[in-house]
Amino acid sequence: MIRNSRKESLIAYALIAPFVAIYGLIFIYPTIDMFILSFQDAPLIGSGDWVGSDNYTRLGRDRRFGTAAWNTAYFVALSVLPGTLVALGIALGVSRLSGRLQALVLALFFLPYILPVSVVFRLWDWTLNFQFGIAMHLFDWVGIDRVPIFKVTAWFMPAVAFVTIWWTCGFSILLFLAGLRAIPQEIYEAAALDNTSRWRTFRRITWPLLWPVTALVLTIQLILQLKIFDQVYLFSQGGRPNDNLVMVYYIFQRAFVNDHGGRAAAIAVVLFFVVIIVSVLNFQLMRFAERRQ
Amino acid sequence: MSGPMTAQTARRFNLAGGAITLVTVICAVIWAFPIYWGIISSLKPEDEVVRPVIELWPETLTFDHYWFALTETQIGSWYLNSIVTALGVTFITVTTSMFAGYAISQLRFPGRTALWWLILASFMVPTQVLIINHFVLMANMGLLNSWAGIILPQLIHPVIIIVYKQFFDQVPRDFREAAVMDNASEWRILFKVYVPMNWGVTTALSIVTFIWAWNAFLWPFLAVTKTEMMTITVGITQVWDAFGVYYARQLSAAVLAGFPVALAYLLFQRRVTQAITLSAGIKG
Repeated sequence: MIRNSRKESLIAYALIAPFVAIYGLIFIYPTIDMFILSFQDAPLIGSGDWVGSDNYTRLGRDRRFGTAAWNTAYFVALSVLPGTLVALGIALGVSRLSGRLQALVLALFFLPYILPVSVVFRLWDWTLNFQFGIAMHLFDWVGIDRVPIFKVTAWFMPAVAFVTIWWTCGFSILLFLAGLRAIPQEIYEAAALDNTSRWRTFRRITWPLLWPVTALVLTIQLILQLKIFDQVYLFSQGGRPNDNLVMVYYIFQRAFVNDHGGRAAAIAVVLFFVVIIVSVLNFQLMRFAERRQ
Repeated sequence: MSGPMTAQTARRFNLAGGAITLVTVICAVIWAFPIYWGIISSLKPEDEVVRPVIELWPETLTFDHYWFALTETQIGSWYLNSIVTALGVTFITVTTSMFAGYAISQLRFPGRTALWWLILASFMVPTQVLIINHFVLMANMGLLNSWAGIILPQLIHPVIIIVYKQFFDQVPRDFREAAVMDNASEWRILFKVYVPMNWGVTTALSIVTFIWAWNAFLWPFLAVTKTEMMTITVGITQVWDAFGVYYARQLSAAVLAGFPVALAYLLFQRRVTQAITLSAGIKG
């Protein structure tokens, strides 16, 4: 086949032009700008002097940065592994069902994931309301003293992690269900013939074959939760934001509340590298998982 | 292995299986309960909402709070802003990604590999870290408090190009060669062969992009300071005096904000789940 390669290139450039234009303006330029800004003593809007690595060295003795880094790590620990296990449990339960019942049950578990964070915030702010929340009846019944959950630092992160798991679990459930469907049915039939117990079947067949998907879910969750902001911000309103800082929240606070564009950019660069490193590991795991499948 | 033994084990198996099924169904109901509770509370009069007893159905069913939200707040403008910006993000993202995905999948041109690696690499960059520079850029362009300003920074969805490339790669070469023999132009091949063959994935990707854009919080929250330019996700949580400390009113606004995406999901359940598994790199 004769191909006019010059014409083909021109058409290709015309096709990628809109994407490349947007990408350059909204992605590449701001990324470079972020690195430059992080070495300047600049406000949010306007220019500043070059200060070398000052903005970075200051982070070492910045108490709010310490709080933000710690809380982010704490939140990741509270949400990633527990969320993945909950999703796995639900997916195993849902995969046993079939037909309309399965569709209905899956929809009930999945619906929260579709909702905007503002709606999730309103629902749980109401459910866990100190005075009138329905969950407080549960507290009374168990015998715990009622607490204004989002106003007490010790309760804040666990509660936000709980709400986050409720909100985002649907996504992981879908991935686990896809993984479970990919396991050939004959393997289970063989196990059933051998009278293998339910637990043994899970340990010896389901778990090892599902491991690639589990690794995928864990890393996606990890990257997602490192970038947490919305829920923490919303639930902190009227509470104690300085105790609840997470990385993105601190970037927001430095830039938009304290008007320190340069110092905020330095925090952004730190988070940028943390997420990139985790993502590279994620990418390797995905390739590993593909090879296994 | 004797006969009765297996029957017994089988019965025990079924009993345990039935119990697991029952627990799953009960858990699903509890899981979705806060949504039900939010909706029901929004349909009760304010004095009934704060009663210290659990009433699963309103004694007096009222739509007053919805009427209040729709007539006394700016929720109408917020709805419009959300619809326009979400549709804008969806349309621009899906079309530009479709074109780029087609070029990378089907055409050979200098810079193709570099572009592909750039897209894969950008998959890893968290857009949240760019908020400062997005804000400065939009301010310099005079786009804060505008639809364009809300839309532009939300257009980075490399995963959509990746999915399109995968799907275009799978279209058999025969279709392309037959079209080339007929002297069809690249545009014709794209719009008459490749796009129609992949309507399903386009629909799925459009629905989830719309849901993502509708649900976006951080960027619309930063890009807008005027209450009449807010999207609904920002408006219902950031405008304090709009609702006061009236729980049922706040909840009715939340129900209104969540309704379009919940409906989109319930109508297109299979498409949504397909697109979401695809976006995670799993073939649905």
